[in-house]
Amino acid sequence: MSEQAKAAKEAEADLAEMVESDEIEGTREISASELKAITEALIFVADDPLDSKTIARVLRVDQPTVDEAIQSLVEEYSGRSGGLQLREIAGGWQVSTRPEHHEHVRAYLKSKPSAKLSLASLETLAVIAYKQPVTIPEILEIRGVQSPSAIKTLLDKRLIVAKGRKETVGRPMMYGTSKEFLIQFGLKDLSELPSIEDFQDLAGDVTNE
Amino acid sequence: MEKTPLDQVEPVAETAPTISVAGAAPAIAPDRETDQLRVTLGEFEGPLDLLLYLIRQDQVNIYDIPIARITDEYLRYLNLMQELDLAVAGDFLVMAAQLIELKSRMLLPRDPFATEEEVEDPRAELVNRLLEHEKFKAAAEMLWSRATVERAVFTRAEIETDKNNPEVAVGLFDLLTVFQKILARHKEEVLMEIEREEVTVAEMIERLRNMVRSAGELNVMKFFEQAKSRRELVVAFLSVLELVRLAEISLTQRETFGEITARAVNPA
Repeated sequence: MSEQAKAAKEAEADLAEMVESDEIEGTREISASELKAITEALIFVADDPLDSKTIARVLRVDQPTVDEAIQSLVEEYSGRSGGLQLREIAGGWQVSTRPEHHEHVRAYLKSKPSAKLSLASLETLAVIAYKQPVTIPEILEIRGVQSPSAIKTLLDKRLIVAKGRKETVGRPMMYGTSKEFLIQFGLKDLSELPSIEDFQDLAGDVTNE
Repeated sequence: MEKTPLDQVEPVAETAPTISVAGAAPAIAPDRETDQLRVTLGEFEGPLDLLLYLIRQDQVNIYDIPIARITDEYLRYLNLMQELDLAVAGDFLVMAAQLIELKSRMLLPRDPFATEEEVEDPRAELVNRLLEHEKFKAAAEMLWSRATVERAVFTRAEIETDKNNPEVAVGLFDLLTVFQKILARHKEEVLMEIEREEVTVAEMIERLRNMVRSAGELNVMKFFEQAKSRRELVVAFLSVLELVRLAEISLTQRETFGEITARAVNPA
């Protein structure tokens, strides 16, 4: 609590300094509660998940100050257990509905669950996500089957992107996952994916039956 | 429900042969979404998938696969696919060949002098591939469930801004700028037309002829220098060549790189 107050005080001091140095007309100090409100507003209007660095730049405050404001917002959102959630996704913050209300939201939007990826595409995507950057021959080795249409589908859906060429015979194109992949699978970053070794344990368990 | 001709095909697919290998049967069924016939080879994405299925179905230890039995079942499945007139994909045939090779290697007696560590199970590589494949199948399932949850989450609808609505993206000043550009371009075009009103070769020949006749001789360099444009220069050069060809003038040069003088050959 005292830390938060300290940070807020610092932010105010920074702002005051800035106003003095820049002498921008109409710029005034932003209080901690105002900063929180503006941060929420910016996250709401952003088309894509918004990172605290961008917010700090726009508001001309320290990034740690924004991070604290966001943390406080997250607590408010989860404490209120309302219809919205504030969560970190693809390296930024986003306001969205909660999954448990999907039926009613869908009924209003008249939307059907969007087209799912085929099993072939999902398997190919899994190989790319865990082995990236990876070439098509390497994917073939793991899946044991050609996957040209899966690669095309994933590229069309912008879930994967080309990541340069491998310096080997034929210089094959390497692929990796995109930011869109993180968004569609609700991941903060790639490190949030469960370790592939966990799946090995799972496979081992089945074997011992 | 929209009636498509494919709906009438469906009963045929349902009465498809029930013959199967270890409970798996390849089949042809209409795909409702794309109006195409979908060929399902059981649930198998490829040879590794089929092999895993057969191993799991027989509940054998994956680290000690009875190669002979599994190879037989694998080949029976391929035969079944051929009976249904399904072209067996190359990947499946490659795996069949590998299985048969494994089976023959298993039959060979082991090297009696090899130590325990040197004796490598010929199945080891296949087992590793199968386990690796199974890991990624599990990872794919994890992605599937993540995506399912994510599809149940909605963000706000798109906010209309100038950026995503090109109809209101143009202001009065943009319009003026474009209009000025068009005016400027129009001016340039007029200039081009004037440039075309240049001296023709015939006119230039006449001019050169008169100059040589009146002066008796003419410094060719000076004549060229009178040209006002690149094009006129070319025309001047051509007219000199033409008069030389017609033997009306002759060119002389006293020293290398010196001045060239044109003289009337046959003064009238």
